[in-house]
Amino acid sequence: MSNVVLVTGASRYMGAAIAGRLASDERVGHVIGVDTTMPSDETTALLGRAEFIHADIRHPLIGRILAQTEPDTVVHMAVVASPARAGGRAAMKEVNVIGTMQLLAACQKTPSVSKLVVKSSVAAYGASSRDPALFTEETEPRAMPRGGYAKDIVEIEGYVRGFARRRPDVTVTVLRFAPFVGARANTTLTRYFSLPVVPTVFGRDPRVQFVHVDDALEVLHRSVLEHHPGVFNVAGPGVLSLSQAIRRAGRVPLPVPDVGLSVVAALARHSGLIDFSLDQIDFLVHGRVVDTTRLKEEFGYLPRRTVDAFDDFIRGHDLASVLSPENVKAVERTILEWIRHARR
Amino acid sequence: MPVAERTGPREPITGDIWDQRVANALAFLRRRITGEYEIDEFGFDPELSTQVIAPLLRPLYRHWFRVEVIGIENVPAAGSALVVANHSGTIALDAVMLALALYDEHPARRHLRLLGADLVFQLPVIGEYARKMGATLACMPDAERLLEAGEVVGVFPEGFKGIGKPFSERYRLQRFGRGGFVAAALRTGAPIIPVSIVGAEEIYPLIGNIRPLARLLGVPYFPVTPTFPWLGPLGLVPLPSKWLIEFGEPIYTLGDSELADDPMAVFDLADRVREIIQQNLYRLLRLRGGAFSHSSSSEDSN
Repeated sequence: MSNVVLVTGASRYMGAAIAGRLASDERVGHVIGVDTTMPSDETTALLGRAEFIHADIRHPLIGRILAQTEPDTVVHMAVVASPARAGGRAAMKEVNVIGTMQLLAACQKTPSVSKLVVKSSVAAYGASSRDPALFTEETEPRAMPRGGYAKDIVEIEGYVRGFARRRPDVTVTVLRFAPFVGARANTTLTRYFSLPVVPTVFGRDPRVQFVHVDDALEVLHRSVLEHHPGVFNVAGPGVLSLSQAIRRAGRVPLPVPDVGLSVVAALARHSGLIDFSLDQIDFLVHGRVVDTTRLKEEFGYLPRRTVDAFDDFIRGHDLASVLSPENVKAVERTILEWIRHARR
Repeated sequence: MPVAERTGPREPITGDIWDQRVANALAFLRRRITGEYEIDEFGFDPELSTQVIAPLLRPLYRHWFRVEVIGIENVPAAGSALVVANHSGTIALDAVMLALALYDEHPARRHLRLLGADLVFQLPVIGEYARKMGATLACMPDAERLLEAGEVVGVFPEGFKGIGKPFSERYRLQRFGRGGFVAAALRTGAPIIPVSIVGAEEIYPLIGNIRPLARLLGVPYFPVTPTFPWLGPLGLVPLPSKWLIEFGEPIYTLGDSELADDPMAVFDLADRVREIIQQNLYRLLRLRGGAFSHSSSSEDSN
């Protein structure tokens, strides 16, 4: 059905993974991955049979690539979440916002394009104390989200809506992903949970939700091959509380007062340990949980539960520490035996 | 204690209640340390609520306020219901006592899912534990989602007007906001159960309100009671008033979902609920007698 699929952001993990996955599907003719940087050894392996073209989507030349390759499906994965890996916040905004604008302009001028799949994020909803417990696709954020990534996401979705109006013949699928976790995923959030002592906000224990990388890829894959126009939340059903997630990872939470956290975040960023932005602090205060009913009904597919996705991440990263369930269980048995002994 | 009956030291210990308790407590601690428990999408942590928070509140409920519950059978054993109650007492202790009443006295041990103002969820610690105890933000999507899931939802339509009113206006119901709770019940077909709470008005008699301080702190009122802030932290000890909680007869809304968008019908029903709560309050007040009496009214109420 799909003859030529063009995937942006193909030098990064998710972009390369979906490009490689689509290339190995016999229902897909040809897969072209484009990115501004050359793929690393790891992402080259993920790309598999997909062709890689070194091209900059921020540049109008992307239009020429689209005209030459005549893709019928464009998968826009070049949406960057962390400034550190994009080379600073300015570069990140450039990739996200200017890149999306140029890509959409090119798509608009390319008649062969009949489908657009965009990787978005639940960050679009922001996070505040006045939000309902679960966001549906229709929920309007009550406050304009703080932080670069969330603002970029809001802008990107705005451009995508504009594109959909100008090219009503194109099937547009916007996937709002919860934070990725998985056995191999390496994101700001997974690095956060790998810290020996994990800073949290004092007096707050937000609900957190994740999506497993493999489930995210499955949803992307189906978006390309099937017909699912619209906006969809993609997240693992159920929630964990942040403190619960930290304990499951065998880590110790370190509550820091709200004001102190900005300092801690700045220090962490400075030391290069992890980079933390304001929207992530809002996330640590209020959490963000989405309703996945529409995904289930429309795709007939539901990602694995948040807790199962997170457990896979713990196993994959070998996070088990002194506080692993086995060790705690052993301590529990010892104490129980000791009390029984003492009471005799 | 059956310690003396035990024979060999390596015998498995059965029937020893203290051993069971120790083992349960340790298992509980282990689950908390390793995060092996479930919370729902709203953040409700049933294990923490029933194993830790409820036992902490129970002495206050039983011995301090000597809460008596009337009409618990009006709450269904299964399925959704909307519990609408009067709000009083400067600090929303009536909400937690109502939740404990429903859990302890109802045969089906039902959890009350409270809807709170956004201020509650802005505050650190309080916001965190409110969610863990099953509360969520008072907004239409959350109310409908909980009712559709068959939960018992609790609302206090008076809001801060209720708990922050001066002592001189005790047991006089304040205005009920926009009646959004009625619309939620109509839309989901949940019965409305009017609840009257007597006793919470006297725990912190509000005799003054320092408005500039309230404005500075961004709270609806800054309370002055006979003991607070004069006695410092001691002023936070609630007065031991006698409490009565009456669950009134349900008002069934099933099949009236089209009325949810009719503002007149919504206001009428909200007024009816308000009137029932007010009438029941007056009756309960006569039944109770003095606010700090030790006498029980159980002969009348049972």
